Amino acid sequence: MGLREYIIRRLILLIPVALGVIVLIFALLQVVPPTRRVFVFLSGNPRELNPEVLKSYIHMYGLDQPVWVQFAVWLNQLLHGNLGFSEITGPVLENLLRRAPATIEIVIYSAPLIILIGIWAGVNAAVKRDKPFDHVSRVLSVLGTSMPSFFFGIALSAIFIATLKWTGTGRLSPNLDSHLTTLRGLGQWHDYTNMVTIDALLNGRLDYFIDGLKHLVLPVTVLVFINTATLVRVARSSMLEALSKTYIIAARAKGLSQKEVVYKHARRNALIPVVTLAGLIVGGMMTGLVITETVFQFPGLGSWAAYAAQRFDVPVVAAYALFSAIVFVLANLIVDILYAYIDPRIRLG
Amino acid sequence: MKFKVPERLQPTIREIKFILRRIKDTPLSLFGIAIVMFFVVIAAFAPLLAPPVPGLNPYLIPSDPALGFRVEPSPPSPKHPFGTTLLQRDIYYGCIWGTRWAFQVALEVIIPIVAIGVVLGLIAGYYGGVIDEILMRFTDIILAFPGLILAMCLVTVLTQANWTTIDSVLLSIVLIGWPGYTRLIRGETLRVRNEDYIEAARASGASDLRIMFRHILPNTIYSIIIVASLDFGGIVLTTAALSFLGLGAPTGWADWGRLIYDGMSFVSGGLRWWWSWVYPGVFISLFVLGWSLLGDALRDVLDPLYRRK
Repeated sequence: MGLREYIIRRLILLIPVALGVIVLIFALLQVVPPTRRVFVFLSGNPRELNPEVLKSYIHMYGLDQPVWVQFAVWLNQLLHGNLGFSEITGPVLENLLRRAPATIEIVIYSAPLIILIGIWAGVNAAVKRDKPFDHVSRVLSVLGTSMPSFFFGIALSAIFIATLKWTGTGRLSPNLDSHLTTLRGLGQWHDYTNMVTIDALLNGRLDYFIDGLKHLVLPVTVLVFINTATLVRVARSSMLEALSKTYIIAARAKGLSQKEVVYKHARRNALIPVVTLAGLIVGGMMTGLVITETVFQFPGLGSWAAYAAQRFDVPVVAAYALFSAIVFVLANLIVDILYAYIDPRIRLG
Repeated sequence: MKFKVPERLQPTIREIKFILRRIKDTPLSLFGIAIVMFFVVIAAFAPLLAPPVPGLNPYLIPSDPALGFRVEPSPPSPKHPFGTTLLQRDIYYGCIWGTRWAFQVALEVIIPIVAIGVVLGLIAGYYGGVIDEILMRFTDIILAFPGLILAMCLVTVLTQANWTTIDSVLLSIVLIGWPGYTRLIRGETLRVRNEDYIEAARASGASDLRIMFRHILPNTIYSIIIVASLDFGGIVLTTAALSFLGLGAPTGWADWGRLIYDGMSFVSGGLRWWWSWVYPGVFISLFVLGWSLLGDALRDVLDPLYRRK
């Protein structure tokens, strides 16, 4: 089986899962009474929302019809990109798109750090097995999995934001943030990507870049600390296994230096199973973002979902669950393809 | 006369001795066991360590009227060793009864999860075919969600259907937890299904039910124990995360996550009111740490892949 056939097969297998995810969310929504459920169907921005109008909407979207009719209507809405209307924050899709850049910005900074630090620490811990480095990294990774991310976040926030005042909550300092409107009016600031640090660089504003970066340090630290732990453990045990293989003994017997043995022979093979963890990390990030953004009042998707959940705002929570499941499934797909690309045994086996 | 161990029990005794020796040799395992024992003692003796007010639900943290009903926390004092939090609720009391609550939550969740996992996993693995396919695709769908986010969605929906938040939190964690166990037990069942002794049991006329529960299940028990103990802390962590998001125990409930959530309102004061979130945070971190070390220790001891190394 070639790589192309493998990818096609994986894509076909994706359809039932994606459909299942949609059906599951729909089934959950059935628990909610129609007067609340109707908000998941509403498109655009309904001006008036009195009981009379709601009743007409319930009729319009077929909520008084059998379940499969409702499902068909809802699926149709989804396929047209309509995710419903939230009484608290307004049209769901609009908010999702507006808040996505802030979250993507956090991910852009944390994901590479998680991967680099995780692999570096795991490989080094294995090479220096039972030495101080190994012990320290193991203690840190145990802490990373045991300590709740919100506890760690609160501690950082109390020390660095409230006490030392090194940085603040949100994306920018209040004075810079409010000045942004003026800059936009003067045409000195263009929103290219809506990611603060990147836009700052594109607009040539170093002060905004540094301020944005300072606001990212703490949330990124929490996400990295929590998500690196598993990666370190897996990279370490995978590296230990690779180091005990016969080809390593052969490489050593050939007279290669320790450096060449470790980095050229062992590490390459050890990293293959580590790739599969990338999917898990994406899942961990989606969860971690909800907590981290809430702690640091960062206006991204995670804090939006948490804010909605606290107010039992069904359309937003359902849309976020759907969104994160799709992202998670796609991430796993990419991981599988990458894995098959790196390790031919997968697609040939 | 010396008590003689029956011949039949000899291997079991030898096994137990081996396990105890292995545990003794690994300091981290001992540390994990010590932490878990520490929490078991706190949970068991909670009524003595922090006597509840008679006639009230012991899980509700009492306020101290002597301090007035001020909102801001009061610092640790002889009467309140960990200080007080929002509305002068005693944090020491909350941490002690929070331990008992953590055990209660974890047990109330893990028992149904393991039960569902055992039944569905055995059925899927033993019968295979269409049943297996359907069950596995269903687990695929649930596992397609990041756990906490699906739980968040479930709690939101269930509270709309007039469930209490605590009940909906417990149910939602059960619903996100069972697929993992079903898959684990299915895999174990597939591993032993074609062994000779299963064939022998079938030949001697044992029913499917008997084969599944008397011959296959005992062979999966070690994996269940290992995964369940690793999960024990994880369940409490998920509950705490939901509480922290405001989805879970109501304010004033002896729940570590809720205490931290209440304490977060005082973070703007920096370290001025540190006790309001540090103590519950340390309790929950230690609890999760203890169970994960214990799980690792059990795996080293019980898992045939790791044990003889």
